[in-house]
Amino acid sequence: MIRKTWKSIVIILVLCFLYLPILVLAVYSFTDAANIGAIRGFSLHNYVTLFTTPELVRMIAGTVVLAFAAAFFATVLGTLGAIGAFYSKKGMASAINTMNQVPVVNADVVTGFSICILLVVVSGISKDSFIPLIVGHVTLCAPFVFLSVIPKLKQMDSSIYEAALDLGATPFTALVKIVIPQIFPGIVSGFALAVTLSLDDYFVATYTKPATFDTISTYVVNATKGAQTTIKTALWALSTVIFLVVVLFAVVMNVRAGRDGRERSGV
Amino acid sequence: MHRYMFSRKSLGIPYALFLVLFVMAPLLVLVYFAFTNGQGEFTLQNLTGFFTDPNTLGTLCYSFGIAAVTTGVCLLLAYPAAYILATSRLKAKSVIVLLFIMPMWINFSLRITALKEILTWLEGSLAYHPFLNTVLGMSYDFLPFMILPIYTTISKLDGALLEAARDLGAGELQAFLKVTLPLSLPGILSGVSMVFLPAMTNYVVLDMLYNSTYIMGSLIGSYFAAYNWHGGSMIALLLLGIVCLFTFMTRGIEEENTRGGALL
Repeated sequence: MIRKTWKSIVIILVLCFLYLPILVLAVYSFTDAANIGAIRGFSLHNYVTLFTTPELVRMIAGTVVLAFAAAFFATVLGTLGAIGAFYSKKGMASAINTMNQVPVVNADVVTGFSICILLVVVSGISKDSFIPLIVGHVTLCAPFVFLSVIPKLKQMDSSIYEAALDLGATPFTALVKIVIPQIFPGIVSGFALAVTLSLDDYFVATYTKPATFDTISTYVVNATKGAQTTIKTALWALSTVIFLVVVLFAVVMNVRAGRDGRERSGV
Repeated sequence: MHRYMFSRKSLGIPYALFLVLFVMAPLLVLVYFAFTNGQGEFTLQNLTGFFTDPNTLGTLCYSFGIAAVTTGVCLLLAYPAAYILATSRLKAKSVIVLLFIMPMWINFSLRITALKEILTWLEGSLAYHPFLNTVLGMSYDFLPFMILPIYTTISKLDGALLEAARDLGAGELQAFLKVTLPLSLPGILSGVSMVFLPAMTNYVVLDMLYNSTYIMGSLIGSYFAAYNWHGGSMIALLLLGIVCLFTFMTRGIEEENTRGGALL
């Protein structure tokens, strides 16, 4: 009994460490306090500021559009790359695998800086064209799509593809109708992973973004250095909104996973 | 013949080209810049400059220190939590695992903002405890990346081995030390590599917590701000070297990468 209590305490303490700051901030985002600790009345003004200040709205929308655009390109490239590598000869496959591993293990600072040097300093592509930023984010995300598709290809039953060919399907039709559906869960989770990586990125964006464009990360980092209180507390509201979106996403996913599990076991 | 031109192998070509262009080429350019000066002449100045300047050397040592302490703190917090969770028969287990992963999906700069507000409130001024705040900030940021791989490895552990150890007379502690701990080593290594390297380079955490000291990553940032591509490239190259060394040392035993919470 005592051991069990101990175990619960450890788990609860770690969870507190991870969540207390976000939760305290969430509570204070609904007040008009400018600092944690001050006790003030209920107010929604942070949320009003968040959704009516053009600068903030633009920054949030820009971040989301960038994340989905980068994730889309990364998913297409990474998925095709995974299929190609999976069916390639050993040398080619291991070359792609090794190159794919570089951005995964590399520090994001180095990835961002090296892309900036190549595209901006050497090739002279303007950062205002958004090309370096998009390329940077696709480079950051595509390897993870690749890594989530490969296991699905390995699990796939290859005889179905052969059967399709024997029954007269062209390789292309067989790919679209047989291979893609079987690896689809991997593609979806790769896409989701790509979106979260792009949303979370600071380093690649800071070295490749146009000066007038900000993602949530670059904006927040600059805003915390300035002392503008209304913006600072509006960001508390943003943190709370993102937290709620993540919770919602997690709940939906969990419910769906639970339902799929039941369907599969025939209950 | 034309319909047989399509081959599954050729699908990999765009991605292979992409990797060559935007992963390998930037690294080659990095090497070129690191060993040249502004006039494009070959020089070792950037390298020798790094190892003779007490500032940059100090930064390297400080980075190692910060990263080592952060990794230690994360390991001390993560291992017990992951172990308890992986070995428990709780009904809410999957929910708790999800709770450990969820912070990875929340923008890190906003999470650090939250921590900063709390620390400012608790300590009065962040300037009093720069080292403590840095380690706290980094541990707060990277902890999920340590918990997840350890949890995954312990969960997959073959329970029969533990039973065998007990049947053969091992006490609970002995069984843990001789069976569970060695077998969870891949998870630990994977977690360590996912915490140690970011802790050496993620200078934004320090930056946001108003720390005046620098780590390796911030050197790139300051060279970048000064348009010194050559000095910055050398730092980037050194960091890459550390990454390679690390990957080489943990090769073979490393678990699959779990950055970003790849547990969807």
